[in-house]
Amino acid sequence: MQTTNQDSSMKLKVALAWGFVGIPLLWGVLQTIDNAMKLFK
Amino acid sequence: MGALSFLDRQHTVAEPGFSRWMVPPAALCIHLCIGQAYALSVFNLPMTKLIGITQSAPDDWKLTDLGWIFSIAIVFLGLSAAVFGRWVEEGGPRRAMFTAGLCWSGGFLLSAVGVYSHSLWLIYFGYGVLGGCGLGLGYISPVSTLIKWFPDRPGMATGMAIMGFGGGAFIASPLSVWLMQKFSTPTHVGVAEAFIALGVIYFCFMMVGAAIVRIPAPGWKPEGYTPPAVSQKLITTKHVYVYDAIKTPQFWLIWCVLCLNVTAGIGVLGQASAMSQEMFPGHVTALAAAGFVGLLSLFNMLGRFFWASISDVIGRKNTYFCFFVLGTVLYIAVPWTGATGSVALFVLCFVIIMSMYGGGFATVPAYLKDMFGTRYVGAIHGVLLTAWSAAGVFGPVLVNYIRQYQIDHGVAKAQAYNTTMYIMAGLLVIGFVCNFLITAVHERYHMRDHETEEAEADVAAIGKPVGA
Repeated sequence: MQTTNQDSSMKLKVALAWGFVGIPLLWGVLQTIDNAMKLFK
Repeated sequence: MGALSFLDRQHTVAEPGFSRWMVPPAALCIHLCIGQAYALSVFNLPMTKLIGITQSAPDDWKLTDLGWIFSIAIVFLGLSAAVFGRWVEEGGPRRAMFTAGLCWSGGFLLSAVGVYSHSLWLIYFGYGVLGGCGLGLGYISPVSTLIKWFPDRPGMATGMAIMGFGGGAFIASPLSVWLMQKFSTPTHVGVAEAFIALGVIYFCFMMVGAAIVRIPAPGWKPEGYTPPAVSQKLITTKHVYVYDAIKTPQFWLIWCVLCLNVTAGIGVLGQASAMSQEMFPGHVTALAAAGFVGLLSLFNMLGRFFWASISDVIGRKNTYFCFFVLGTVLYIAVPWTGATGSVALFVLCFVIIMSMYGGGFATVPAYLKDMFGTRYVGAIHGVLLTAWSAAGVFGPVLVNYIRQYQIDHGVAKAQAYNTTMYIMAGLLVIGFVCNFLITAVHERYHMRDHETEEAEADVAAIGKPVGA
């Protein structure tokens, strides 16, 4: 039971850590793609 | 031990149950911040109007003076990575990340003072020297840690981190523009305040990375992974000491491989906007050219993850062979795309070239690990980054001077880049030969078993998890 709780807690930490770096990166990438589309307009 | 003992290596050893997938985000926290260096140019124009506000005044800084800030930072990136590589390796990733955060954010704060006092030398020292040291320390700090956590996929792991360096500009560029807009007034350009805000944001972000990073406990290996018992043709199970590594021909061949691959890419990256407009006059506007530069940066970032991951399957040497063969063909094809007026093919050529430019950076740590082992790979990688500093000078100089020489001799602007492209292709052919010459490191350079055991015992002695 304790191991399962530790596993869930670690999975949550991993998800939070990836969200912390992934969300700003995704925002930046979307901004760049939006600008890059001007090349094809 | 003192107040900073939490930075020590023994406080970063992972406890049982720790997921290795926490380590790439820790590395990304650092690389996404220091990747801002690629977006420094968004400050160039506003910094030429600090006094004149709407247009440059006679006492305002010139663009040519401001260009030195980036150059100094890249030089100090290479120097600090080379000088402090062993310190980073032996002190552990948290101490290195913490120091990198202090240098990087401190560089921004000093630069803000430089803008307030209108002292360009202070900015050279702040962003260039101090920030450059933060770049160097931050760049190499997570590399060997990732390789130790992912012995089964070292290319993919380091590719993820180094992808962050390419991606940092995507965040920094719009964020910097937004901050300057927020802080600017009709009588004031908001550069100094934007520097302060960025310094604070980056410090917090990098400290999160330093807090969550962990090194594996001695003897740890991924579930189901069996390390190879004997060395394969180009993958050693031995270790080479950092100062012995630089005595090997293999190190200098990899140095040339990286330098030539980067030289070919970096010159083009700096001139991409002008090149696309001059090769396709009337077809590519300034706005579209900016989009083209963004697209190149995107593929530079994606290539870091893609090619480094591919290298785990096909091997590092074959990956670099792909870069050099494919790159040569594409550079030769560029003048043809200009002659046929095909913007789409031109863009296609360069996005693939840029993906391989990024891929070269991301694959090289795993190449070093294959050749020299894991023990000092971070330090060896640090010394190797001097190849980047050298390429940062060669690349732009080659592209700019050859173009100018062509124009001065009556060549039309649309064709002025043709010779440059052929020279870049020639550089890649030399890179191919260097890569071809790389063989396994001679065993006289390997650390003796008792030296490796002593080195590992040192780590094991301090490497017990906290509280265990």
